[in-house]
Amino acid sequence: MKTPIIQARGLSRDYTVGAQTVNALIDFSIDIRHGEFVAIMGPSGSGKSTCMHLLGCLDTPTAGKYQLDGEDVSTLDADALAGLRQRRIGFVFQSFNLLAGASAIANVELPLVYGGVPRVGRLAQAAAALDSVGLTDRAHYLPTQLSGGQMQRVAIARAIVNRPALVLADEPTGALDTQTGQEIMALLAELNRSGITIVLITHEAEIATYAQRVLFFRDGRLIEDRNASGDLLVRPPSGEDKL
Amino acid sequence: MKLSDSLLSAAASLRANKLRTALTTLGIIIGVAAVIAMVGVGKGAQLRIEEAIQGLGENVLFVRNGTNVAGGVRGGANTKISLTEADAAAIVTGAPSIRIAAPTLRATGQIISGNTNWFTTIYGVGDAYLQAREWQIGTGRTFNPNEERASTKVAIVGQTIIEQLFSGQDPVGETIRVERIPFRIIGTTRAKGESSWGRDHDDVVFVPLSAARSRLDVGKRYRGSLVRDITLKAHSADLLETAEQEVTDLLRQRHRIRPGAPDDFYVRNIAQYLEARAKSERTMAYLLAAVAGISLLVGGIGIMNIMLVSVTERTREVGLRMAVGARRIDILVQFVTEALAVSLIGGVIGVALGLGGLAATAHWGDWPLVISPLSAVIAMGFSALVGIFFGYYPAHKASRLDPIVALRRE
Repeated sequence: MKTPIIQARGLSRDYTVGAQTVNALIDFSIDIRHGEFVAIMGPSGSGKSTCMHLLGCLDTPTAGKYQLDGEDVSTLDADALAGLRQRRIGFVFQSFNLLAGASAIANVELPLVYGGVPRVGRLAQAAAALDSVGLTDRAHYLPTQLSGGQMQRVAIARAIVNRPALVLADEPTGALDTQTGQEIMALLAELNRSGITIVLITHEAEIATYAQRVLFFRDGRLIEDRNASGDLLVRPPSGEDKL
Repeated sequence: MKLSDSLLSAAASLRANKLRTALTTLGIIIGVAAVIAMVGVGKGAQLRIEEAIQGLGENVLFVRNGTNVAGGVRGGANTKISLTEADAAAIVTGAPSIRIAAPTLRATGQIISGNTNWFTTIYGVGDAYLQAREWQIGTGRTFNPNEERASTKVAIVGQTIIEQLFSGQDPVGETIRVERIPFRIIGTTRAKGESSWGRDHDDVVFVPLSAARSRLDVGKRYRGSLVRDITLKAHSADLLETAEQEVTDLLRQRHRIRPGAPDDFYVRNIAQYLEARAKSERTMAYLLAAVAGISLLVGGIGIMNIMLVSVTERTREVGLRMAVGARRIDILVQFVTEALAVSLIGGVIGVALGLGGLAATAHWGDWPLVISPLSAVIAMGFSALVGIFFGYYPAHKASRLDPIVALRRE
């Protein structure tokens, strides 16, 4: 079997706020295989966002070890992490985070710009990504000229344009109405079927049903790990199991 | 991220805030334009003085007749005529700093050639005078000693006379009438041009001193060997002051002026006066350029200010760019490029505006136009430095943002 795309062992993240230390994530261990669709749920402050930041290489853990696709990334510096995000990871945010002054296709090609892809190849790749989210005819629209659902589709195209192994979606339907939210989820599910691993944060149980696996967090700890049919999966051994 | 991408990205974000970009650029435009204009004006002042000195001839001093005092009424310069040709001869032998002493008479009057006439100034001089004032002979020749001694009716004319009386044709060999007396033209002088205050150096006729004295009306006023003034040329600029002293002492002695009594002549050191004026005008221009430089600096602070605002406003954008793979250096380069673009665009417009201002000053203000490509290059370089210097801190601040914090910022 292939190496899991995500292998976390005993990940912890502490924040120091004034004199207080907040344990945002405590002793988190997990294996996620290539092609899985995982939803992360939990109340505010449960650690799910922190977990997402660590998995997305936006942050480094205070303790523990994280291997992305077999590569240990827990000790990389900011620029190395940036390179890693550029090559391996796509992000989808609740508030889309599109550049207001740039057209849809310019937004989509942004990760390629930082990857140093030449302009011609970049445009072709971006056009292909827009095509796969069904927005070919909107390529030169500005974000202000697009609907919420269309903006999120542009954001998804941006997330997949560099053909990442992993897409992280932080409440991608949070700013959309139910109908549009379902369309977006259907799109993510389709991408997942094409082989992209998706990790999704959501509040809504309904959204989580799109995933094959659901993680529940509370007070900085992973408390439940279920598959789609509701079976409790075997918790991966934490801490002492060395990679 | 490639440089071309940085430029495109900078152009996009500058376009997104047109008014703000324009106002920030304006600070640099004003600064650069002021520097260019002030340096140009300073150079113009210098050129004007240099021209004046050139028109005058190098290291030239003048001795003029003094003031007549009759019953307490002082008559002004040249009312007590006491300078003679002998004084001039004595100065050359008695004042070691002086190379040439040329006695002159001067008259104004109508000159006639064929059926045209012209009002001009006639100088009674010798070849020494032409040398002292650095008149170059164009066509023909200068006076020979014989002509200078024998009151020969020959003349050398300036370019303006050629234009006015001979329609630009070479007049050597032609005859002009001065006060009805015919003078044969033996030579012409090369153009000296106009002095910056509008006097035409070339509107002039030279005749031998002896001829002016014996044949023209002016000779009746300056009887015997009296002259209107003596033009002196010192050996070097350093000797001008010494020369002034030597000539004053010598003439007081020759004119038997008692100690304490006033001179009956004036020694004018115009070259030195012009040098002093050139120096003060240069100082003034550099002072103005320094003030202009400060305004450029203020423009730079404007850039820094607006870049700091921009970084704060675009924190989420920075976070997003970092999330999709921008390294710190990419963010740094992006913001520095924006600051640099503002300052360079401002620099280009400022140079154009400054040069335009100079051209306008030259056109309407009767001021020599001096365009110094070097000062344009320096002003551009300086504005680029200003952009990088004041853009760096905000850009550095942006590049140090934590992507998580930046993405969460509203």
